[in-house]
Amino acid sequence: MKAAFNLLVALFGMWLLWSGHYTPLLVSIGLVSCLGVVLLCQRMGIVDREALPLDLTWRTLRYIPWLALEVVKSNLDLARRVLSPRMPISPQLIELQATQKTDLGLVTLANSITLTPSTVTIEATSDGRLVVHALASDIAEDLLKGEMDRRVTRVEGSVAGTMENTA
Amino acid sequence: MPGALDILSWACLLAGSFFALVSSLAMLRLPDFYSRVHGASISDTMGAGLILLGLVFQAGLSLVTVKLGLVLMFLVITGPTSSHTLAKAAYRLGLDPQLRSKEENASSQN
Repeated sequence: MKAAFNLLVALFGMWLLWSGHYTPLLVSIGLVSCLGVVLLCQRMGIVDREALPLDLTWRTLRYIPWLALEVVKSNLDLARRVLSPRMPISPQLIELQATQKTDLGLVTLANSITLTPSTVTIEATSDGRLVVHALASDIAEDLLKGEMDRRVTRVEGSVAGTMENTA
Repeated sequence: MPGALDILSWACLLAGSFFALVSSLAMLRLPDFYSRVHGASISDTMGAGLILLGLVFQAGLSLVTVKLGLVLMFLVITGPTSSHTLAKAAYRLGLDPQLRSKEENASSQN
């Protein structure tokens, strides 16, 4: 019930941001549609903590700036490699053991790796092994040092115990 | 006389376009399927990010800025998802990546 209420608040907040029309009629129509969506989600049985992990939000907010900086750094690095006439690349396929306990954490790590240019996650298994394609050996070594993995695990934090891996 | 915000906005738009161009160049220059996926993700992140930032400076503090932020958020989620799906499909169908160790790379350059 609490999850459904949170979902309603989140959806309606989103509706208000998207619409920009604040007449009583339109706002109430918006509210009714949000209610409808929550009811549908409830019937489909997808209203749970994983659908709206509010308790993760704060730690995620601290992770995002770090990730953004990493993305910018690797963009500059990749642009430099591509523009240099000799194109110093040495593509690698590496295997990485992730330490996250939940599916959500694993997806966060795999997506963070893929979002960063010059590393793409190719395969992920439920026991946390990731197959990653990296564009150069020093990029691969950087990734294998595991700082991203540690940071994502920290974001996951104490939730791990209550949202065990179901796969 | 353009204001400081306009100049900042133009700088972001130009830089974003530059990275989109680099991304296309990367698609052409990189040797195989998997490395070209890396090239495409430049325009997903840096290209789109800088262009959206430039547009934010045009829009100022308004609902439009909120929407631009949400557009960036969706791009940040869908970009890697499609890159991963492409790479995974190719890998599953048995397309082998061209791999090179550091040593071979150095010798091929001499």
